Amino acid sequence: MQTKKSNYTSISEMLGKLVKQQIFIPVAALLLLAIFNLIADPGFYKISYGVNSAGSPVLSGYLMTILDYGSELAILAVGMTLVTASSGGQDISVGAAIAIAGSVMLKFICGMNTPVIIAFLAACVVSMFFGAFNGVLVAHFKIQPMVATLILYTAGRSIAAWINNNELPIVSDPKFAYLGGFIPGIPIPTPFFIAAAVVIISLLVLRFTNLGLYTQAVGINESSSRLNGLNPAFIKFITFVILGLCVAVVGLIKVSRLSTINYSVIAKDIEMDAILAVALGGNALGGGKFNLAASIIGAYVIQFLTTTLYKFNVQSDALPAYKAVVVIFLVVISAPVVRDYISSIGKKISHKEVA
Amino acid sequence: MSSSNQSKRKKITDSNLLLTITIVVFFLMYIGAILFQGKGFLKPQTFFNILNANAALLILSCGMSLVMITGGIDISVGGVTALVSMCCAVYLDFHDGNVLGAVAIALAIGLAFGIVQGFLVAYLDIQPFIVSLAGMFFARGMTTIVNTNPFNVANPEFVAMKDTRIVVPGMGSINKLGKYVNAYVEIGVIVAILVVIVLFIILKWTRLGRYFYAVGGNSQSALMLGINVKRTKFLSHLICSFLAGIGGFVYFMHVGSGAASHAMGAEMNAIASSIIGGTMLTGGVGNIIGTFFGVLSLSTIQNIVSSAGLDQAWWTGITIAAMLCLFLVVQSVVMTRKNKK
Repeated sequence: MQTKKSNYTSISEMLGKLVKQQIFIPVAALLLLAIFNLIADPGFYKISYGVNSAGSPVLSGYLMTILDYGSELAILAVGMTLVTASSGGQDISVGAAIAIAGSVMLKFICGMNTPVIIAFLAACVVSMFFGAFNGVLVAHFKIQPMVATLILYTAGRSIAAWINNNELPIVSDPKFAYLGGFIPGIPIPTPFFIAAAVVIISLLVLRFTNLGLYTQAVGINESSSRLNGLNPAFIKFITFVILGLCVAVVGLIKVSRLSTINYSVIAKDIEMDAILAVALGGNALGGGKFNLAASIIGAYVIQFLTTTLYKFNVQSDALPAYKAVVVIFLVVISAPVVRDYISSIGKKISHKEVA
Repeated sequence: MSSSNQSKRKKITDSNLLLTITIVVFFLMYIGAILFQGKGFLKPQTFFNILNANAALLILSCGMSLVMITGGIDISVGGVTALVSMCCAVYLDFHDGNVLGAVAIALAIGLAFGIVQGFLVAYLDIQPFIVSLAGMFFARGMTTIVNTNPFNVANPEFVAMKDTRIVVPGMGSINKLGKYVNAYVEIGVIVAILVVIVLFIILKWTRLGRYFYAVGGNSQSALMLGINVKRTKFLSHLICSFLAGIGGFVYFMHVGSGAASHAMGAEMNAIASSIIGGTMLTGGVGNIIGTFFGVLSLSTIQNIVSSAGLDQAWWTGITIAAMLCLFLVVQSVVMTRKNKK
């Protein structure tokens, strides 16, 4: 009996440690979804090898869709995680900002016939400018992030339509479509490679600079970080600018998918998904510590969920309702009050066992 | 708010200052409109039309102000409005319902959202923005699930109610044919004015109303004063969502149809009106009268924009955002000035 008991405790301890790992939440959610799909319909995992309309080999299937569209979300999640960690709030203007970035890109490519790279750089500058605008409101005027970004959320799509005079220019260069589709000869969607590049760069930046540390310090306690010689306003500002850069990259992918733009629909509700990815990654939405890898996995899990819902013929307009339920479920579980309550119940049970 | 109590010799408090700015801005704007846009704005009916079109927004903004005074925010009101109008429309047309039942549905939806969101915010201590963001998406999604296609309600009882006009005595004008036409308002405006009056009384002269300010100003000290902070927060969200239910029905009465795209961005306009009306996002400062003028300012600027020939859709969005930005910055400056004292 004795040995069995000790075995039991060590296993439960191990489980406890595993559960405490931040990355556990998104991975567990991913496993849950994967098992659900496996039971409901194993056909979900079928990947077929075919040839697309341009004559290049492509892999297709639900998993590829997740890899493809989840990558956009992963890129946004990188920026959103930093913003969340430093400012304790979220940027809800990313969808509108993507529309602006895409509009600027089209203006340059179609209106001025510049190469794609210059258009992209211009979009980066504009997006970073709007990020800076949000950042100034949040950092210097001390407005709550979500309310400050509400301004751009309202005006963003209008500005995007205004830039191109509400026209819908179409990029005729087929090479432009490679960025959001497939590069000939490579059967894996290009957005995945772009996302990988963004993730690697951001991990390198976090590894070799103090950005990550400073961001967390500002998020955990702004006044004490200031007393330690940091400049909280600047750190917050810079995270918003970085998010702006991420937005430009996503804008590039989004526009490339269509070769054109739809101002009112492009990247609609993506802010919700991005925030959800951060929350699912187990990051505190009130700021402080963050785990970039968890957010990125979170982003793919969200896409997994979306794809699963689509597969079960849920209308695209009705999707938010289901996601909202998931969000509420997640935030309720991660709420400190609920966690304390659960742990107190757990203690009671273990006390009873000892007795 | 402690500093405003201390400086009794200074007559203008932050709340009054912001309120004064709002009222002055509104009158300047209206006079400017009369001067530059011709005589349309001189007619009383123009003013009443602004009220007619924005009665629902006024109700939503009142609820929003209440939540913001208590230190929270609720962005689900637009979604709730859409859900209410869709549910009422489906009930009236597909289930042969009566108007009273539709009102009950509207209020029930508002209450349900209020209870859930209030509980999550107040008792589980989750950020109000996240909760109501989820609420907004849930309401929008549910609207589509209830019915996808937009349609006009043909229920005779309801249409009669929708077309009821209440004459405002002594405020008529002479129309193009030289005939005297009475100025009128819709039922929704009466409801909205009632809501404004009731909320004004609650906030000004009841214990609960002062609790809202106390909790929003500093929840820590409110707790130490023996105020039930959680219940106060819960009530503020409950009332806000309940008002969203009423506002939803008023909106439904104005448009007379159900559609998933109804009241898009209404939450944004409600927040903007409250902020323009001098309600502080940080909580503890605000005034329903200010909100009333905030709504009027916002809708007047929309009217000016559209009658100035800038009727491309984007101008409205951009002007509102610019105005909101301006007022937010003014607030922030007021706050920093206060903290430095």
